[in-house]
Amino acid sequence: MSATVPVAYYLVLAAVLFSVGIAAFLIKRNVISIFMSIELMLNAVNLTFVAFAHMWHQVQGQIFVFFVMVVAAAEAAVGLAIIIAIFRTRQTLNVDQINLMKS
Amino acid sequence: MQLAIFIIFGALAVAGALNLLWQRHPINSALSLVVVMMSLAVLYWSLGAEFLAAAQVIVYSGAIMVLFVFVIMLLNAGEEEHTTGSRAAYLVGFPGAAAIFCLLSFVFLSESKALGVTNLGGQLDNGLNNIAEISTVLFTKLLLPFEVTSILILVAILGAVVLARKEQ
Repeated sequence: MSATVPVAYYLVLAAVLFSVGIAAFLIKRNVISIFMSIELMLNAVNLTFVAFAHMWHQVQGQIFVFFVMVVAAAEAAVGLAIIIAIFRTRQTLNVDQINLMKS
Repeated sequence: MQLAIFIIFGALAVAGALNLLWQRHPINSALSLVVVMMSLAVLYWSLGAEFLAAAQVIVYSGAIMVLFVFVIMLLNAGEEEHTTGSRAAYLVGFPGAAAIFCLLSFVFLSESKALGVTNLGGQLDNGLNNIAEISTVLFTKLLLPFEVTSILILVAILGAVVLARKEQ
């Protein structure tokens, strides 16, 4: 009755999410959208960690994901603060117009 | 059961990710990213990672995405416009992402036999449940890295306050 799923399917799903994240990272012009596609890529990698942890019947992969989540939270706080600082000096969020370190 | 959960929530996650790519307004992208994160939480649960499923909902779709939505609304971000840079990005972005996807899925599917299959809930080698095992490892073997992450969070809070502060 209970149909099992190969681990490879979970990894392919993670590959799909990671590739969509790469495409969004390259195509999006809004700096907040680019930042969100980085979060999507982090989530895709987390899925592979959990799938491998399940495969080995070990918990270490899940602890990796825990640390990635902590670092992602810190990164989101600092990154969004930088975005607010950029917007305050440039009045734009378009990455094509943010091409100088000093305005 | 496992297959049904995988198909439903995997399709939901891929649809959310494609919608993130498709939408022009950042707030729509943010809400579709919440859909991706919630479906990933269900997939974590189906792989036997109950603690991470809860943490995914609380930390990612609770804290981080609220921060994103807050910043989008604070900066009043509008729809993004096409530029010459975005046309070049289309030319590079889609083939590049497709190439990486083909490479990754070729490797994963050719190693499919060696990777084995999953079963709902999962089981650990030493019989404990998921949360007990995670906390045992985290507070004995990995106590120092765990404490260092608290310093990292503290530095991130200070950095965010300093960076977002109005300059005098």
